[in-house]
Parts: sequence; C-alpha cells; structure tokens
Amino acid sequence: MDERERTESSTVRASASVDRNRIARSALSSSGQSLKTSGARPEEVHRRSHRRADAIFRMLALGSGATLLAVMAAIAVFLALQAIPALNANTTNFFTTLGWSPDSIPSSFGIAALAFGSLLTSLLALVISVPVAVGVALATGYYAPRWLARPLTYVVDLLAAVPSVVFGLWGLIYLVPSIVGPSEFLNHYFGFIPLFGTNGTYGKSIFAASVVLAVMVIPIVAAISREVFVQTPRDHIEAAWAIGATKWEVVRTAILPYGRSGVISGTVLGFGRAVGETIAVALVLSANYEISFHILQPGGNTIAANIANRYGEAAAIGRGALIASGLVLFVITLIVNFGARAIVHRSVRKAA
Amino acid sequence: MAHVVKASAVGSGLVRAQLSWRSLAAIAAGAIAVTAVLVATTPLQGLVGSVLVAAVLYILAQTVASGLVEGRRAAINRLATSIVVACTCAAVVPLVAVLGFTIVRGSSVLNGSFLTHTMRGVAEQDPYGGIYHAIIGTLEQVGLATLLAVPFGLLVAIYLVEYKNGRLGRAVSFFVDVMTGLPSIVAGLFIFALWILALGRSFSGFAGSLALTILMLPTVVRSAEEMLKVVPDSLREGSYALGLPKWVTVVRVVLPTALAGIVTGVMLAIARVTGETAPLLVTVFGNTGLNWNPFAGAQASLPLFVFGEAGLPNETAINRAWAAALVLILIVLLLNIIARAITRFVSFRR
Repeated sequence: MDERERTESSTVRASASVDRNRIARSALSSSGQSLKTSGARPEEVHRRSHRRADAIFRMLALGSGATLLAVMAAIAVFLALQAIPALNANTTNFFTTLGWSPDSIPSSFGIAALAFGSLLTSLLALVISVPVAVGVALATGYYAPRWLARPLTYVVDLLAAVPSVVFGLWGLIYLVPSIVGPSEFLNHYFGFIPLFGTNGTYGKSIFAASVVLAVMVIPIVAAISREVFVQTPRDHIEAAWAIGATKWEVVRTAILPYGRSGVISGTVLGFGRAVGETIAVALVLSANYEISFHILQPGGNTIAANIANRYGEAAAIGRGALIASGLVLFVITLIVNFGARAIVHRSVRKAA
Repeated sequence: MAHVVKASAVGSGLVRAQLSWRSLAAIAAGAIAVTAVLVATTPLQGLVGSVLVAAVLYILAQTVASGLVEGRRAAINRLATSIVVACTCAAVVPLVAVLGFTIVRGSSVLNGSFLTHTMRGVAEQDPYGGIYHAIIGTLEQVGLATLLAVPFGLLVAIYLVEYKNGRLGRAVSFFVDVMTGLPSIVAGLFIFALWILALGRSFSGFAGSLALTILMLPTVVRSAEEMLKVVPDSLREGSYALGLPKWVTVVRVVLPTALAGIVTGVMLAIARVTGETAPLLVTVFGNTGLNWNPFAGAQASLPLFVFGEAGLPNETAINRAWAAALVLILIVLLLNIIARAITRFVSFRR
C-alpha cells in the first residue's frame, strides 16, 4: 500500500506537464507532508484520521443543509410564538378589523386594511412594470444591436442593486411632488372611473408607492423574461422569418409563446418582491387604515410599511401585533413562491 | 444590392413602398412642432410631459403614415419597435434620475467632516453632523454577517453538489429557493422574536448581522452551487485516483477551481445586504452616537441613517440623507463592479 502510494505520487510528478493535475498534485504533496510528520506507523494513522475527517466533513455539510431547513421552520415557529399573546389580547377580529391600536385598552388591531394595501400596491406595480419589463427583455434579447445590448443589460441589473432606501428617498423628495400633475390630469379627464376619484388632494398616494415599486420590480421581471426569451429555439425564429414574418410577427408567433412561462414566473417573483418591500413604501405613503380604491389621493398602507412605521412606538402587545402581521406577510410570500415554482415546473414539463 | 432589388421590385408589386428616413424625420419634426404649439396654448408644462407628448405624437403619426404607405403589417411592426424602445427608455430613465439626483444632492453636502463626525448632540436643523458612526456600524454588521454566511453557505452548497441525496437534498434545494423570496422585514422580525424577545438580548449590531446572514445565505448558496457544479468531474476523479479522501478533494481541488465564481457571488450578496434597511430597523434600532461594540447596545448603520433623516421635515436633515445615500450607493456599486471585474478577469484568462 505504502509503495503503491509512493509510485502513484512519482507518476504524478512525472506527468507534471499536465496542467489540469496541478491543483490535485499540490493537494497530494501537502497531505504527503502530513503523512511524514504523523509518527511511527504513518500510513495507518493517516488512513484512519482521513476516514474520520471525511465523516466529520460529511456531517458538517449535511448539518449545514439541515440547519438551513431548521432556520426556515424556526422563522414560522418563533413568529407564531411571539404573535400569540398579542392575538389573545386583541378584542376584535384580526382578519377583518381596519384600525391598528394594539397598545390601547381595549387592544384592537386587524390586518384587513394592510393586506388590502399590500395587494393593491403590488398589483398596480405589476400592471405598470410587467409591460415595460417585457419590452426591456425583448430589447436586450432581440431588438438592440449587440454593442448596445450588453451595456443595457448591465444598466438594468444595476437598477436592481440600488438600495431600496434610496428609491424611497427619491420617491419621497422628487416623485411625490412631480406626480401631482399627472394625478390631477387623470382625475380631471378620467375621474368618472372610481379608481381615479379623489377628495381633491394628491401626492403621497397608493399610485406614487406603486410607481416606486414598479421601478424596483422591473429588473427582476426583465432579467427572468430575458433568460427565457433568448432560449427560444433558433428553428422557430428562422421558420418565422422564412415565411416572411416581420420582426414583430417573429416576436409574437415564436418568442412570446415560448417565453410565456418566464414572464409569468418573473411576474410572480416580482409580486413577491413588491409585497415584501418595506422602506421605500414606508417613506412614500402617508399611512392610514382605510380600504379605499382612490389610488390618487394620499393614504393607504401596507403590511411591511406598517411594521417599519409603528415599530419604534410599539409596546409589548404592539410588537406582538406587528410580528403577527409579519407572519401573515411570510405566509403570503410562501404561497407566492410555491406558486411561481409550480408554474415554472409545469411549463418545463410541458416543454420537455 | 438589397436596395436595388427593392427599387425594381416596387414597380412589380412584389414589395410595397417604404417610408424613407426623410419622411420619418419630417414626422418627428412635425411631432415636436405640435408639442411646442401645445406647450404655448394649453396647460401642458415641463420637460418630462413635453417629451412624453412628443414621443406619443411621433409614434402615432409614424404608425398612421406607415399604414398608409407600407401596409398594415409593417405599421404594426414599426409600432412594436417604437414601444420596445419606449419601454427601454422608461426603465433606464428612473435609474439615471435616481443616480443623478443622489449625486447632485449628495455631493453638495459630502465632505471630509461629514465622513468623520457622528450625529451626537446634533439637532435636526443643524447643518453639520456626519455619518462616521453609521459607516462603522454598517462595516461591522455586514462584516460579521459575511463571516457567518460565507462558511455556512459554502457548506450548504458543498452538501448540495457533493453529498446531496434523496428527500433531504431536494428539501434543502427547494427551501434555498424559497429563502430567496423571503422579505427582508420578515428576516428582521424573526431575529427580533428569537434573539431579543425569546432570548432576552438587547438590540445590537450582531442581531442585525444575524438577520443579514439569513438574507445573504440563499445568494451565497446558489452562486457557490452553480460554480461547484461546473467543476469538471475529471478533476474529482483524478484526485480520487491519487488516493485522496473526499474532503481533501473538495477543499483542495474543487473549491480552488471554483474560487473566482464563489467570490463573485459573495460580493454580490454583500452588495445586496449592505443596502438593507428594514431588518436593521427591528434588530439594530439605530443610534446617533458611535458604538464600536457590535455585540452590545444599539448601533447606527448607513441605510438606517438615510431612513431616519429622510423622515424628518428639515431641509438640513434631507441633505444629510442624500449625502449618506450617495456614500451607500458608491459602496454598493463598487462591490458590484468588483464582483463583475472578477468574473470578467477570470473568464478572460480562460
């Protein structure tokens, strides 16, 4: 055994010109050194210690994987544990109450207005961002010339890297004042649609928050859509060209049908991002606890923004109430993520 | 050649006439002229609104003209191309606006004194004060989170690539994906519920690091997993053939080969969590003074500083928020650029 190892080692030295083995060789020579220093019957100790080290390393890797699962379980468990006292103290129905005064006596708070606001802002953000993102994905994947496509992709990726608090600051200082004009325009000409009705004031509205969220969601939807678009089989595209299709007809008949699953899963993941976004919304919205479809007037709230706004002032019950709302948010994002994976999974199977 | 064919084919009726660039330029000029008239006569104001109106007018006129000259299909094709271009502009403009405003507003306040002073004893309306304490806090919190998340994430990735088996492997892989979608505020609330409420610890930078670790993990695991997967099996087999045990193979052969990609993933993960605000709000809490110790007592951090100052009504506070946002963006962009440079450098060498 000892001899074989030595001959192997010398063989490797002989084939030193093979570059691929360079790293393996250096690893071997170093373990060879430890073999020399490890005492009387080196190869025995060496092999046993290696077997133990192998088992330890395997357990470390396995343990890390298991710990990750434990963390996910602990998130649900500890949020629930800390939420229960507050939910018990709540004198009104958690799912239907509009207001949020957990620390007053009697304690009363509910998720209804917050969940409504979260869903409304996120859906509006998707309505704004998904068409734009699909356009960007088509531009970077097919329309832009090569020299432009790469920097464009890079710029859109950078958009995803800007911290949310900076978007919030920008939304608060520049977007909110400058969105008053378009809001008045919409209200003046389309005010008969309830969505655009107002009480005459504009600014820190659901609409403004949705625009900020839309800007933050675009890179996600665009990146995922583009990944799927560029995988469209060359044959489909060439076949479309060959029967005389215009560029748009190629896109409509070959690329969009193939990439539909990518757009859908990107949209769902974008929804997850929008619904969990905290700071940007907390800065832009002026919080209240009403359910209102008047997206142009100040007001509205989301689960995440409410946590950021009310956390500082909350006492024991208040903190438990916020944790309860966080648990609801956690469940919503879990459902959304499961949904997205299921859609991707199904479309992959269909394609196969 | 193609032009000649087109010119001769128009007469034959096989190819329809096309709009020349001159007529397109004329349509553009017309759109701008109409917009100018609208600005002069109607309440339409401002650069953004004017550009929007001009663009819409141009696209409409171009589509109609194309429909008349080139036919319905060509008109729709032109319309689609215009919309794609408009969408791209709509995505790029906010980035330019955010970066532009931050640089312009931030650089007017940013100076050496701002970087080396804290906010202790500085009132909202005072023009001085600085972010020294916030920079220290952010460096410590993100550094600790990196120290925790990188070994943990690497081990999970090694498990997924080298040891994955059966149901547990699939579950880990699936929940890494789910973790990617975990809202940052929920990660913060979890650490708050576990570390501060259940275990009775105080707000501290380390509590924030724990929350950031949860947010870094999926990014580190996914990127490391991708990189470990592309290490050719022949390298592993070569190592086994030399009698090396598996763990030495992984540590000395597989990891060094994938190192560049793993470092890139780690840099992107650091960049992502450096800008996180929400989880720090409920775990680190924020502080106006300097706290060197990340393990005890509330600390400051750059994103928290921006959030706090942005919520104040004073112009001086808003200015400080912009300056801190500029520093934050510079750090995050620098991390991104370094990460991409590593990727490019390594792929270039190959």
